[in-house]
Amino acid sequence: MPTRRRAILTLVLLGLLAAASVLVSLVSGSLAIPPGEVLAALLGQGGSAADIVLQLRLPRALAGFACGALLALAGALMQVLLRNPLADPYVLGISGGAGVGAMFAMLLGLPLIAVDGLAFAGALAAMLLVFGLAHGDGSWTQTRLLLTGVIVAAGCGALIALMLSIAEEHRLRGMLFWLMGDLGQGTPWWPAMLALVVALVVALPFARELNLVARGLLQAQALGVAVDRLRYAIYLLASLATAVSVTTAGSIGFVGLVVPHLIRLAIGNDQRLLLPASALAGGTLLVFADTLARTLIAPQQLPVGVLTALIGVPLFLFLLSRQPR
Amino acid sequence: MTAPLLEARRLRVDIGGTTLVAALDFAIAAGERVAILGRNGAGKSTLLTTLAGLRRPAAGSLLLGGSDAAALSPRQAALRRAWLGQFQSDPFGSTVLETALTGRHPHLGRWDWESRRDAELARGALDAVGLAGLEARPVHTLSGGERQRLAIATLLTQASPLYLLDEPLSHLDLNHQMAVLELFAGAARDCGAGVIMVLHDPALAHRYCDRALLLQGDGRVEAGAVDALLTAERLSGLYGHAVRQIDDGDRRHFVPE
Repeated sequence: MPTRRRAILTLVLLGLLAAASVLVSLVSGSLAIPPGEVLAALLGQGGSAADIVLQLRLPRALAGFACGALLALAGALMQVLLRNPLADPYVLGISGGAGVGAMFAMLLGLPLIAVDGLAFAGALAAMLLVFGLAHGDGSWTQTRLLLTGVIVAAGCGALIALMLSIAEEHRLRGMLFWLMGDLGQGTPWWPAMLALVVALVVALPFARELNLVARGLLQAQALGVAVDRLRYAIYLLASLATAVSVTTAGSIGFVGLVVPHLIRLAIGNDQRLLLPASALAGGTLLVFADTLARTLIAPQQLPVGVLTALIGVPLFLFLLSRQPR
Repeated sequence: MTAPLLEARRLRVDIGGTTLVAALDFAIAAGERVAILGRNGAGKSTLLTTLAGLRRPAAGSLLLGGSDAAALSPRQAALRRAWLGQFQSDPFGSTVLETALTGRHPHLGRWDWESRRDAELARGALDAVGLAGLEARPVHTLSGGERQRLAIATLLTQASPLYLLDEPLSHLDLNHQMAVLELFAGAARDCGAGVIMVLHDPALAHRYCDRALLLQGDGRVEAGAVDALLTAERLSGLYGHAVRQIDDGDRRHFVPE
């Protein structure tokens, strides 16, 4: 039986793990900085490495943590909304919309701020398009929502492929990195962190109601959940969380699909624990993955989206095989 | 005088452009048991979800515990009636006890977690349907009948004064069919619960209910005491198949010809 004490204990443990991941990311890099100097830099005591830690690694680690957490949270919410374990934050076309916006800006060689702005605008456009089409006849069923989202995503995929094929050679690498997910773009970290805090504050009070929605809409309504309003709210929240993350770091795959499942396999499906635990674990995974992306073949960097999958797939398969039938 | 647990006034139920129930006037008081019978597709489940306030009536009004159901919040409604659907699903999996505990939702505040007392109530309900000892089992390892009993236990955990049961006996063996009917008979007798159930067996409806609603499927509904309503002649008309009645003391058996 789920208890509050067990939930708090689990979250404290995951929080420590998250802090450890950030610390590791501050220490490692093409220039290894000893933990003592990192701490000194964090405490504002200067030192030779202070600039690298405070200007480069810390913002990147925080952005990574926030994006990973947003994606995992959005994934968990989408899975409940669609009552489908295969749902992820991108299944309804949000990342596709953001991708179209970002690719368009990059194709024209616009500056970073325009890439971010158009990515966010694209994500919002996709969100409104899917909502409008799926809600069109008022039925707003999971199947209709899913189908609409998948089709919009496919359309965006085609547009992205079109832009990639006509892009100039020297822009291609940046575009590909964006599509695979990359934290090295220099987008500020605080919007994502702010979005994460807001998303958690909005979602957590409704966690027990989400448990019921996952079991069936009519059942949930019979047990006292204002189902329609709650579903609109989840859709909006998960979409915005995804949009912010994609704007900050491109479409990093896998985190949003697999982290909620990892947590579910480890501690069960109570959303009161699953949502915050997924956020912490998603952030941790992405920070670790990004640290590896920066260091594995330094000074060259890998797109972090590739590493999240390379770490997540074996971890997930291991946990799945351990699960009693 | 207390308000009836549920009251329908000139209630009309439509689905897909056809009228299933034209104008139903109906009320159920504490301690009463009512059976809904009819052919497949006659609108039994649709009527039941409408009576539960889960579906908007095409016309007329519905009162739950004396208040307009449309004006009640979902939580307030959940404290006045419990509804058992025909299908349960749980795509992500959970344990038997966790599932039974979901019935406590309307009783808990936004930040509350289930207390020891809630767990005791859930265990008591599981015990009442013969699922004691299975608390930690994942739901997907249960048989169809066990899942149906778990859904009933969840309903009992909700502890509302009115039960709306859509085919409560489906998937149940003879033993558990009788146990479930006795359980709700006891709830009506001892706790003053009202029970409305969709049933397919007119003999059990006659034995376990006070009144019956016969849904003809074309808008007409016959309502009345089971003794008057559940006869071979009416049932033959209702189901479109000749039925013979065999009296056995107070009980009636109905055998298809």
